[in-house]
Amino acid sequence: MSLKIKALKKSLWVYHMSGGSCNNCDIEILACLDPRFDIERFGMTLVGSPRHADVLLCTGIINKKCVERVKEVYAQTAKPCVVVAIGACSCSGGIFRDGYQMGGPLDKLIPVDIYIPGCPPKPEAMIAGIVKLLEKLK
Amino acid sequence: MAEDKKKKVIVPIGPYHPLLEEPEFFALYCDGEKVVDVDWQAGYNHRAIEKLSEAKHWDQVTFLVERICGICSTSHPFAYCNAVEDLLGASVPERARYIRCIIGELERIHSHLLWVGLAGHFLGYNTVFMWAWKYREPVLDMFEIITGNRNHYAMFKIGGVRRNIEEEDMPALRRVLKGLKVQLEMLTHAVLDDPVLGARLKGVGVLTKEHIKNFGAVGPVARASGIGGDIRKDDPYAAYPMLDFKVITAEHGDVFDKAVVRLLEMFESIKIIEQSLDAIEGKGGDIQTEIRDIPPGEGIGRHEAPRGECFHYIKSDGTNRPVRHKIRAPSYTNIPTFKASCIGQMIPDVAIILAGVDPCYCCTERVAVYDAGNKKKQMYDFSRLVEMSRQKTEKIKKEI
Amino acid sequence: MNVLDTLKEKLGGSIKELKAHNAKRIYITVDRADVKKCLKILFRDLDARYIVASGVENFDSFEILYHLGFDGEGTVVSVRTYLDRGKPEIESMTSIIPGISYIEREMKELLGINFTGHPGLTHFLLRDDWEEGNYPLRKAKNG
Ligand code: SF4
Repeated sequence: MSLKIKALKKSLWVYHMSGGSCNNCDIEILACLDPRFDIERFGMTLVGSPRHADVLLCTGIINKKCVERVKEVYAQTAKPCVVVAIGACSCSGGIFRDGYQMGGPLDKLIPVDIYIPGCPPKPEAMIAGIVKLLEKLK
Repeated sequence: MAEDKKKKVIVPIGPYHPLLEEPEFFALYCDGEKVVDVDWQAGYNHRAIEKLSEAKHWDQVTFLVERICGICSTSHPFAYCNAVEDLLGASVPERARYIRCIIGELERIHSHLLWVGLAGHFLGYNTVFMWAWKYREPVLDMFEIITGNRNHYAMFKIGGVRRNIEEEDMPALRRVLKGLKVQLEMLTHAVLDDPVLGARLKGVGVLTKEHIKNFGAVGPVARASGIGGDIRKDDPYAAYPMLDFKVITAEHGDVFDKAVVRLLEMFESIKIIEQSLDAIEGKGGDIQTEIRDIPPGEGIGRHEAPRGECFHYIKSDGTNRPVRHKIRAPSYTNIPTFKASCIGQMIPDVAIILAGVDPCYCCTERVAVYDAGNKKKQMYDFSRLVEMSRQKTEKIKKEI
Repeated sequence: MNVLDTLKEKLGGSIKELKAHNAKRIYITVDRADVKKCLKILFRDLDARYIVASGVENFDSFEILYHLGFDGEGTVVSVRTYLDRGKPEIESMTSIIPGISYIEREMKELLGINFTGHPGLTHFLLRDDWEEGNYPLRKAKNG
């Protein structure tokens, strides 16, 4: 295992961005922080800048106005960086895929490592997804 | 004006801000620490819902409008069903009306708790965030018991509701409500009696009645300024005419009063839910009427969402899909009030004034400060703005 | 006095058609030239609350509905006006209702209705480099 991956696995810092979501996925991400789910016990925390991030959580259809911003944010993250597509919207476009503002889905724009489907996925599902990812990195 | 603006520092806020179809991007024009003007730019979350709705069956539209906003995911189907029923002149079975009210009010509680938590977070009171979000979980559990999902409940259907509230679930619901009341009381006192929060929020971001009128602001924002508009009372629908509740208003129109209105509204919501449960417990009854054709015509439906009046206009030509579906979410008229409430305020207060209107602030925001005067450009992220807000709270804490 | 009678009295001559769908939903049709006058009476004199405006595309015309609410009575009054199909254009109402500016910008870019005298009719929801003349909410567009 390379040193970088080893360091990455220790304590994941998560940057969350939304590119045209209904907000529910974002709330469920925040709900992971609350006392019931408490992802901080795994050493994960939300950070305010992509430059600090190990994991990029993306939600939403990535609307045409956001396309450049998503690419920009991805370029700003320190590599290796894990990209997670959360929710039906960012995995495939979900109910909005035929709209005129559809700029995504996410994997058309940046490489995605894991998909967590659901509308919205439960916090448990998100945690399970990240745990699977950690195992995959090993 | 344009000349004038050039000399000021511009602070753009946004654009990631997933509040409805249209999240926003704000540019604050600042003179030193003072905000002199605000610009609003939306569209980063525009998902073509009005267009998509024209390509969906009447019944499918309920699922689409639910996904306008994750926090108000009952408000939009509620208003939409009201609109279609207005067109039809149809009536809804009594049990379904009460169930609609229960879902609508549960949503109000969860949305207001979410707001209290985030507002606390912006002020540097993370304990408030943790508390509020902890107490929000039982509400989501209730949703899970009733509808099967934590969010996006898919309960609404033209002519009724899709699922019944089972009799055997009632005791569990009542138990959660009872526990919730105690917790909310504790939280309300903790927030309202805190001298620091009072000093920090009173007199900040004041909106007068005139501002409210000009921008057409609704909901808790308007009620905090002493305007008692509430669709549940003014234009009663569902079971609201049969329920007993108060409309909470406050006077000063500052952020503190907005918090007061929201906190007290939650108790009214609990009252409504308890009454509704009493009304349907042990009595069976239909939960939907069969509706097949939608004749040509137009209809308007309104619902008092947690953030204010949600308005849907639909036009039918007799086919199986709407020809036009106009959606107006409450924040659409609430957000422009920033133009009035932010001007003349300090930059550290902006975060909480923006939050005061409750445009779901859960999304990560990026803020850049442009010093247009000397062509210097500084990038901040949103956390910097929150940081400034917190520092100010700390300062007040020390002074008190 | 209820809203219906007040409307008849105050707007009298300008009303071309008055339709009360039910007691709480009133639709009035007025000439394009009279819209400003009517909105002024409704919004300023009768103290109605501005709700929103919706633009609708028909086969042979465009129409705009200005929805105003009378909160005391719980009535929604929708002022309807028809615009030319070929050149949809109407005066901007921002001087009467400041909050209406955003919805006018939205109608401009989604439906292509022009508002004369609007202070800044720039892109609001769509990208700044959105193709001119491509109005997504028009029926001919299927995207
Ligand atoms: S996947 Fe569902 S919950 Fe998530 S942003 Fe999309 S519509 Fe909302």
